[in-house]
Amino acid sequence: MTRHEKSATFSRRAVLKSAGALVVSIGAPVTFDAALADEPMAAATQPPLLPDQLSSYLAVNADGTISTYFGKMDMGQGLSVAIRQMVAEELDVPFNKVAISIGDTATSVNQGGASGSTGIQEGGKQMRMAAAEARRVLVQMAADKLGVAADQLTVNDGVVHAAGDAAKKVSYADLIGGQYFNVHLDWNGKYGNPLYAPGKAQPKNPKDHKVVGQAIKRDDIAPKVFAQTNFTTDVKVPGMVHGRMIRPPVAGAVPVKVDESSIKTIPSAKVVWDKAFLGVVADREWDAINAAHSLKVEWSQVAPPFPDQATLYDHIRNAPARKREVAGKEAGNVDDAFKNAARVIEAEYEWPFQSHSCMGPACALVEIKDGHVTCWSGTQKAHFVRAGVAAILQVPEETVRTIWTTGPGSYGRNDADDCAADAAVLAKAVGKPVRLQYMRDQGTGWDPKAPASIHRARVAVDASGNVVAYDFLSKGFSRVDVNTNGSQPHDTLAGQTLGVALKSGDGFGVPGESYAFDNKRTAWETIAPLLDRTSPLRTSHMRDPVGPQITFASESFIDEVAAALKVDPIEFRLRHVKEARDIAVIKAAAEKAGWQPRQSPRKDQTGDKVSGRGIGYASRNGTRVAVIAEVEVDRRSGKIWARKFTVAHDCGQIINPDGLHHTVENNVVQGASRALWEEVKFDNKNVTSVDWRTYPILDVAEAPEQVDIVLINHPEIAPSGAGEAATRPVAAAIANAVFDATGVRIRRAPLSPDRVKAALS
Amino acid sequence: MRGVPNCTAAALTEDGLVMNKKFSLNVNGQVHSVEADEDTPLLYALRDDLGLNNPHFGCGLAQCGACTVHLDGKPTRSCVTPLSEVGNRSVVTLAGLGTPEHPHPLQTAYVEEEVPQCAYCINGWIMTAAAFLRDHKKPTDEEIRTALTGLKCRCGTHMAILRAVKRAAAMMG
Repeated sequence: MTRHEKSATFSRRAVLKSAGALVVSIGAPVTFDAALADEPMAAATQPPLLPDQLSSYLAVNADGTISTYFGKMDMGQGLSVAIRQMVAEELDVPFNKVAISIGDTATSVNQGGASGSTGIQEGGKQMRMAAAEARRVLVQMAADKLGVAADQLTVNDGVVHAAGDAAKKVSYADLIGGQYFNVHLDWNGKYGNPLYAPGKAQPKNPKDHKVVGQAIKRDDIAPKVFAQTNFTTDVKVPGMVHGRMIRPPVAGAVPVKVDESSIKTIPSAKVVWDKAFLGVVADREWDAINAAHSLKVEWSQVAPPFPDQATLYDHIRNAPARKREVAGKEAGNVDDAFKNAARVIEAEYEWPFQSHSCMGPACALVEIKDGHVTCWSGTQKAHFVRAGVAAILQVPEETVRTIWTTGPGSYGRNDADDCAADAAVLAKAVGKPVRLQYMRDQGTGWDPKAPASIHRARVAVDASGNVVAYDFLSKGFSRVDVNTNGSQPHDTLAGQTLGVALKSGDGFGVPGESYAFDNKRTAWETIAPLLDRTSPLRTSHMRDPVGPQITFASESFIDEVAAALKVDPIEFRLRHVKEARDIAVIKAAAEKAGWQPRQSPRKDQTGDKVSGRGIGYASRNGTRVAVIAEVEVDRRSGKIWARKFTVAHDCGQIINPDGLHHTVENNVVQGASRALWEEVKFDNKNVTSVDWRTYPILDVAEAPEQVDIVLINHPEIAPSGAGEAATRPVAAAIANAVFDATGVRIRRAPLSPDRVKAALS
Repeated sequence: MRGVPNCTAAALTEDGLVMNKKFSLNVNGQVHSVEADEDTPLLYALRDDLGLNNPHFGCGLAQCGACTVHLDGKPTRSCVTPLSEVGNRSVVTLAGLGTPEHPHPLQTAYVEEEVPQCAYCINGWIMTAAAFLRDHKKPTDEEIRTALTGLKCRCGTHMAILRAVKRAAAMMG
């Protein structure tokens, strides 16, 4: 079965039916009820690719296999396996009969791409409902065909059987194989993550699940390991040329003179220069790299835009708040409680800018041919990139197709969306398909950054030593100088270099936890970006946006309070945490780690090498996780080895424990990398973290010895996300363990050797 | 520095263009002819001329390993190895290390342990570990970590990498 982009063609029968049902416009979808009246719910031609059509999510092929079409993507966390499990479960077909096509705007509706760990939480929920509806419709069709009531039918391996007569059966393939569903769904009118379009069917009771919950392994790994998979970087089309972009040495500078004769020795090299947009293309990749490197450019003189990095946190502290928001309803009267406190404990924490620094810098290929644009991209959000490419090229969105292709890593709004827009501009300028890959310094230096921030926390304690008030404020750069997708020119470097002004949004966040204090306030403030155009320090979403920084502060602080009140850190948390599932993850981690209650810090160690333990806990959009870190600190070098992690994780129903285990483990290791090493360096002209030496990450020699993971399964609770939550409490768990080991509290991340050494001396 | 382009220093033709030369490359047991500027790193010849997509561009600076191939059995960063330095040495890429029918133990272990997340880095780890395990039987955990130091994995699959290399080491006796 092939599918076509936004096919406006209806089957003749469907069009007739629309007319007959007093639907005035041809092209309006046939409603399910109308279809149910007297016709099979099948169509020879695909209904339009719209969210309210069942055919937009799945189809039964002539051989009985199921094709599913998913408007998100899988960055390698096993999401595609999990979605296939959910679909197979509801349809009662074997897992290996279900195929999935991901992130192609020609075959899938906009389900938001990868975003906020909603792959299963929102995307899977929709696919589950679509599959349940498909099963219901198929059973109804079988009932009509077999002359047996639908409630007397069961389905096994894609064959519908009469309960009392095994001879009466018909397969899905015989019912509809090779045709499209023509079934209307009850779409909520939303695109992206919240898109939801159920049918009339209810999904199965979780106690009947057979495929969901199984540890089915990923099947995309073998082709990668045997070098048979094309990544974004590997796609080639006839006539393709190679592009490279040129960024200014001083952020904000624009080219004022470009000496094309400086690359005249390079065959085929061409300069593409428009306002601040500057790139080159050449037939051969090395020639493009050579040309970008050798092109002589005179840049405008601009004042260095950035402060001395040593003053970054003072800058944040002193900058006027652009927006302030208090989360939810303030409990009690915080200010009064502090006025009347017997004791106030307070502290401030600092977190740097961090870079996605994906394994490879972003790559995109754009072909403009016969009025159609095709963009291959490793973006997390293909449908939004489609809009972004259309906007930058000023063509109708319908003429653009974006094909998500597995890319060189993604943990949020990285450089992929910028790259797609840049490639589109280059392709239009030279009239040829352009494959653009950024260089390493651009992948690290010019990707959107996770924001730097400071966090002030304080508690009021009464005369009996009880915490009576809690006040937490984050202040930092917004999490969305550029939006979390590249759908608009002001959100991409291409748009900004071509003159569209930055529209920095305001957003930050508050701690995810359920500490109950009589008086409680959590709030945030954002400040303006350091540079209002084409900034290498522009911010956007990076894995668990603002979660690591906030939780580093909030969970370090809870530990500080516990230590000040001379209470075991876990006991202190359990006194105040309210939600039962939060309590359960904390207890599960403690039990698995063999946590013995005592106060921090330890006071029984001498010598250069000391060890300690610490806990951090957090919730995130329904998922709860507790992490216990056991660290060794070399007091002489300042080097920390996070030797062991124990993680307890509850994301409701577990679709695939195998994929979940890997996802959590990688989350924790990446979280340790961010906690121990990662800090974007800059001088007053530009970002100076431009490679792996200047932006170090956790080395394999520093990998933990052991990561124990307890997965708590709640089949009765709808699944929530797992792609990010476990990252959240890692930095605090490590910092708390360092305090336990050394008695020294480090309140600035990362806990790099220099910083730790200085703090200990 | 090797791997950094420098067209102004390149040999030029009479027309003032960067001069291309013919190179004969022995890759995965087959001999190929490539015509390119002699400074061109092997990586681009493998990827763009021979269509071998498995070595990836990660940094172009020999810092990450994503481009690693074997040159006469030695793990080598193809992103900083000019064609002029390859000579008649045999080049083996991940595609030449094993096949689904005849996998290298590391490939088997990688699949079994489901190591990669994005998988962009795997050439570095597998090609480096393959040479290490060939030369070091029954390595300790510490020796494995030391041998792999410096390679990058941004997705944080460190634990699975170590499990897979240990598993492959056991398979290789």
